[in-house]
Amino acid sequence: MTALIRAEQVSYSYPQRGMVLDHADLSLYAGEKVSLEGSNGAGKTTLLNLLVGLNKPKGGRILAFGRERLVEADFVEVRSKAGFLFQDPDDQLFCPTVLEDVAFGPMNQGKTPEQAKAISLEALDRLGLTGFDERVTHQLSGGEKRLVTLASVLAMKPEVLLLDEPSNALDKEARIRLIEVLQSLPQAMIIISHEPSFLDALVTRRTRLEGGKVLDV
Amino acid sequence: MPQFLEHSMTSWRGQEVEHQLSIVDQFDPRARIITAMIFAIVVVFSKTLWLPFVGLLLAFTFALSASLHIKRTLRRVIAMDMFVLLMIIMLPFTMDGTPLFHLFGFAASQEGFIHAIGIALKANAVVLALLALVGTLEASVLGHALARLQVPEKLVHLLLFTVRYLDVISREYKSMRKAMKARAFVARNNLHTWRSFGYLIGMLLVRSLERSERIFAAMKCRGYCGKLYLFDTMSWQRRDTCLILIIVLFALFAIASGAYLR
Repeated sequence: MTALIRAEQVSYSYPQRGMVLDHADLSLYAGEKVSLEGSNGAGKTTLLNLLVGLNKPKGGRILAFGRERLVEADFVEVRSKAGFLFQDPDDQLFCPTVLEDVAFGPMNQGKTPEQAKAISLEALDRLGLTGFDERVTHQLSGGEKRLVTLASVLAMKPEVLLLDEPSNALDKEARIRLIEVLQSLPQAMIIISHEPSFLDALVTRRTRLEGGKVLDV
Repeated sequence: MPQFLEHSMTSWRGQEVEHQLSIVDQFDPRARIITAMIFAIVVVFSKTLWLPFVGLLLAFTFALSASLHIKRTLRRVIAMDMFVLLMIIMLPFTMDGTPLFHLFGFAASQEGFIHAIGIALKANAVVLALLALVGTLEASVLGHALARLQVPEKLVHLLLFTVRYLDVISREYKSMRKAMKARAFVARNNLHTWRSFGYLIGMLLVRSLERSERIFAAMKCRGYCGKLYLFDTMSWQRRDTCLILIIVLFALFAIASGAYLR
């Protein structure tokens, strides 16, 4: 079975921080929910960024959805198939209203406004956010923002989800809600998190980023 | 820095304030923007005193029908009137004309005085009309309306992004400010204070820049290719056409009355 998305021997270094990834390998197969743990600054977010081409590796290869991805044009397709949930929902919700934000992805995928609207409303319904479409994004609560960003990613019908600390700064109720939602999703995911209880409820395989390499736990 | 100044610098609470639906709220946002624009042009270019005065009365009517919050509106109008007041004091002395009286050997001219009153009337009329017609719109609705009025996309995007992130940036500012206070920082007039504020503003800029990069990355992740898509539910009614007609009639009346002739 080939991996849906795979980093092969990738290296990455920052001018100030030095080497954060040193010939690291990570694969994600269909149906898996993989954790990516590691201390602050270990390079977890960087690795996810490399997978969708937001940063380019200094060495190694990125293989996604059946072929090697090299240049920006390759990654446009990857990003449409691999939904990336950012650490801070405020970075992701930039449209004035919830509906516009959720519909942003589908519109970019070439859907008509009517289709995009229907897809968005359906994605919101699925996450229990019915009636949120007219709400103004910056007036939502932290938990609501998190779920709306998830809806905006799911509206693009991704095959893979990359979640960067999704349970960050959520209260208990919102956390439970998020776990339920993620459990019900069929997509393969990579989840960055520091919370053991959150990961225990979700993942099928655990990995840890240490010393620039991804280790199985 | 006094508390109230800091507040007005970074907060934009106006749009969140809930209020009872007024007469003005029933009109289409586009009609309100166009009306405010025509009104401003008509009033500002007038060369007589009576037209701005009629304009001010009309602006009061707008304000009443928008059921503006009196205290909040007054605070905003007074903020502008501070500048106007300064000008009323300065203009008689800087304009040539028939001297009205002398102060420390400087002549105050009658023309300057009349000119200053004209400007004061115009400024108040336009600000009041803007507050009533456009200020009562939610900021994002204003963005949508401008987009529908064919205002260049880039400007609309700038406005929408500003509205969206002003709140985030102001929250960052406040949390850093609190962190300073928590370590016993008190603003005084000394180098330490100015340097600390410099760091604060510098850090705010750096954080905003980094955030903008993350936002752009997030947009790229969702397939951004240079276009934003806006959805809205505006619909032009007959009453909107009526509003435009009334303001156009006002403009025609102003032209016909010779208010623009010397």
